[in-house]
Amino acid sequence: MEIIDKGTVIKKGAEAVLYKSSLWGLPVLVKYRRPKPYRNPQLDHHLRSTRTLMEAKILSEVKKLGIPAPAVYWVDLEQCLIAMSFLEGIVLKEALPRLSEEEIKDVFFKLGEYAGAMHARGIVHGDLTTSNVILCSGVPCLLDFGLSDFSKDLEHHAVDMHLMVRALESTHYSLKDLCFSRFMEGYASAAGEHYAQLVKERVNEIRRRGRYIEERRTRD
Amino acid sequence: MASSSKVKVLVLGIESTAHTFGCGVAAGNGELLSNVNSEYIPPKGGIHPREAAQHHTQVAVGVVKEALRRAGIVPQLLSAIAFSAGPGLGPCLRTGATVARALALALNKPLVLVNHCVAHIEIGRLVCDLEDPLVVYVSGGNTIVSAFAEGRYRVFGETLDVALGNCLDTFAREAGLGHPGVPKVEELARRGRVFIDLPYIVKGQDVSYSGLLTAALRKLHEGVRLEDLCFSLLETAFTMLAEVAERALAHTGKKSLLLTGGVARSRRLQEILRAVAEEHDASFHVVPPEYAGDNGIMIAWTGALAYSHGLTAPIEASFVKPRWRLDEVDVPWR
Repeated sequence: MEIIDKGTVIKKGAEAVLYKSSLWGLPVLVKYRRPKPYRNPQLDHHLRSTRTLMEAKILSEVKKLGIPAPAVYWVDLEQCLIAMSFLEGIVLKEALPRLSEEEIKDVFFKLGEYAGAMHARGIVHGDLTTSNVILCSGVPCLLDFGLSDFSKDLEHHAVDMHLMVRALESTHYSLKDLCFSRFMEGYASAAGEHYAQLVKERVNEIRRRGRYIEERRTRD
Repeated sequence: MASSSKVKVLVLGIESTAHTFGCGVAAGNGELLSNVNSEYIPPKGGIHPREAAQHHTQVAVGVVKEALRRAGIVPQLLSAIAFSAGPGLGPCLRTGATVARALALALNKPLVLVNHCVAHIEIGRLVCDLEDPLVVYVSGGNTIVSAFAEGRYRVFGETLDVALGNCLDTFAREAGLGHPGVPKVEELARRGRVFIDLPYIVKGQDVSYSGLLTAALRKLHEGVRLEDLCFSLLETAFTMLAEVAERALAHTGKKSLLLTGGVARSRRLQEILRAVAEEHDASFHVVPPEYAGDNGIMIAWTGALAYSHGLTAPIEASFVKPRWRLDEVDVPWR
């Protein structure tokens, strides 16, 4: 670690370890994809470096769209780490029960706009849930682009939306309908009514596939 | 355990979802009394459901008799007859179901329907003495990462197309390595030196092996050194599974990891998942070889658990369910 001191561990995930550190006097979040001892070294380095690169690229693209997200400060493809701006705030999953109805409407409309703008640009987040949104002075910011990808495929866009539905259903059941309707309104405003309708239909179709047995039975 | 009955619960279980016809006898206290299995090995090619079912018909009587003999009990002592009702190949399932129904009628015993995937998990929990593990269940027909939550075994990740065992067996067969394929691929892989880039496909929590299989077969026909190809195929396939298992372990925070199913016998897979478990301070357990592949005793034991909770089915409702998912089954004994 020459330029960046990793600092202190704040989260150890399956994919990467997150550190809080500082760079050029700024607070930074360092996302380090550690080598996995059980992987073939060649495969290990390939997976870690391509994913690090993809995440850095997408974070930069998302910034260009004006979506609040961490700014990339430094990328090291040899070590497979990214230093990005450290966002202070409350994770939406924790904050949601304490928000007023107006605040909820505003947050989910904005999140819908973000998703619509990303999809229109051919970017999928890959893990769009309330755990990966942080409220910074009331403004929702998107986090964790570790599973993101470039795709213009309707299916991939619908999976993104579906992940949000599932997160709402599993952790915020009573607010699910309000949140999702605002989310779709925001989406339509950024991606267009027609495309929003296509995505919505595909989300319903995904829910009816194998894993979502109850919906399939009621349809049959 | 059944509190109404003073007699020990004894269940005979029949397995016939795919290539194996098996029969075992288990007691409600976890005693495993016998486990007799006959595997159909096709003369060439893969398993044809009808031919496997014919094999099952031929061996059924002998296997059941031998299971009772080894258990040392007379059939009248049995509390119930259990059979694997799915998921699996229709003709094979129906053969086992027919045998089970005939026994239940002849002996006047209740019938218990067992889900094959649940049975692989329950036998692993019993013999490895685990309360609440994260389960990696890998076989010729299934690839599932599961954990128990709110009354059912929930699926955290699974294959979107072919199963891990199916992928490796098909490759082995095409490469002329014969059956069973996995140990042979693994043996050659140990002599592999060069890692060849193959499609690594993880979609969220799920894996996809069909593209990997197609690419490996293409390389095979291009004449790539077989040892290198086996090595690269195994590393890629197992690492994909390890990634989703690791994510599930981090997400659920389970303190143990259980590897079960036929492919659990793979040394390299054991090594990889042991390392994954260690990373997350979880203990690692693998089902012993005799309980890894499809077997009768796992159906008997799961049948005993179900029977003890009153889960019996009348003959006229004892349909087989070829696509019976793991997460559709209520598990009241946990």
